[in-house]
Amino acid sequence: MAKDVDRRIVADMKAAGIGFVTSVPCKQLAGVIEVLDETPEIMHVPCNREDEGMGLCAGAYMGGRMPCIVMQNTALGVVVNALATLIQFYQIPLPMLISYRGEVGEKVACQVEMALHTKPILNQLHIPTYHFHRPGDEAELPGILNHAWVSSKPVAILTDASFWSAAK
Amino acid sequence: MNRYELLKSIVPVLGDTLVVCNIGAPSQELFQLADRPGNFYMLGTMGLASSIGLGLALAQPRPVLAIDGDGSVLTNLGTLATIANNPARNFVLLIVDNGSYGSTGDQPTYAGKRTSLAEVARACGCADVVECSAEATAGEVEAALAREGTSVIVAKCEAGNVDVPVITMNPVVIRQRFMDEVRRA
Ligand SMILES: [Mg+2]
Repeated sequence: MAKDVDRRIVADMKAAGIGFVTSVPCKQLAGVIEVLDETPEIMHVPCNREDEGMGLCAGAYMGGRMPCIVMQNTALGVVVNALATLIQFYQIPLPMLISYRGEVGEKVACQVEMALHTKPILNQLHIPTYHFHRPGDEAELPGILNHAWVSSKPVAILTDASFWSAAK
Repeated sequence: MNRYELLKSIVPVLGDTLVVCNIGAPSQELFQLADRPGNFYMLGTMGLASSIGLGLALAQPRPVLAIDGDGSVLTNLGTLATIANNPARNFVLLIVDNGSYGSTGDQPTYAGKRTSLAEVARACGCADVVECSAEATAGEVEAALAREGTSVIVAKCEAGNVDVPVITMNPVVIRQRFMDEVRRA
């Protein structure tokens, strides 16, 4: 069941001109995905794997729709090559709304393993990275989305369990 | 007929079609045969030509042809399910199936053995799937581009590359030139 925070996030995407979203689901992102499917201005095309999703986003961008990918941080292990040789090499703007699993509050021990690698991978790839930890941090989203367009870069928005559990 | 000859045969039917071309030998051969602003060459990222093509087709109205390979589709098989479940009105996926990883020394792929990519595409739910010979490919591409919908063409051809240089055009130039062409309407 979507919360107000999910609606505000999707409203910010719409206001930023995002017209194409691909996603691989995560429990923490279920509300955002639910609202996306109720938002006719944004074409939502679920993908099977996040590197495939980055291909879809690159095509949508070249077709004139601002893209966004919604994914879990574990998938950073899947998309390094697509980020480096497609999104960065061709200078394609791509906001990545990422559930940051494995942080404090995580119930699934295995998720901690990729949480440890999440920021190092993003740092290694020189991807501007923002971290929503407390409710209210989402107020930065419009500026971050604009930053992706201005810089023609992928940008990562990490959203952790503390953020999602406290956000209304 | 090998891939180079197959690509040469489809150049005359491309018209204004936007083309997304697979990494390695296919892009290099197409660049040599018929470079045009409406060609997007992949310089890296094996497997994503069909995904880029689908995203492009869904985002704008002009016809899109993605030229992919059997090895590349095998590395991103989920793409056939995404294509089937998000049908575009203007998309043709041409899988040049030479049963080999052409750009890496012609090692055999499973598509040249027991796996039928046409049957996989049908099982994924793609409605309009045809498998054809290399010689029949240009006709199939021309017909698919002329009708509304999404088509998958699996073109069986012989393995082998011709000696063409790598593409040295800057990736951002390739992308911007292509986007200017997309907007030209
Ligand atoms: Mg091949």
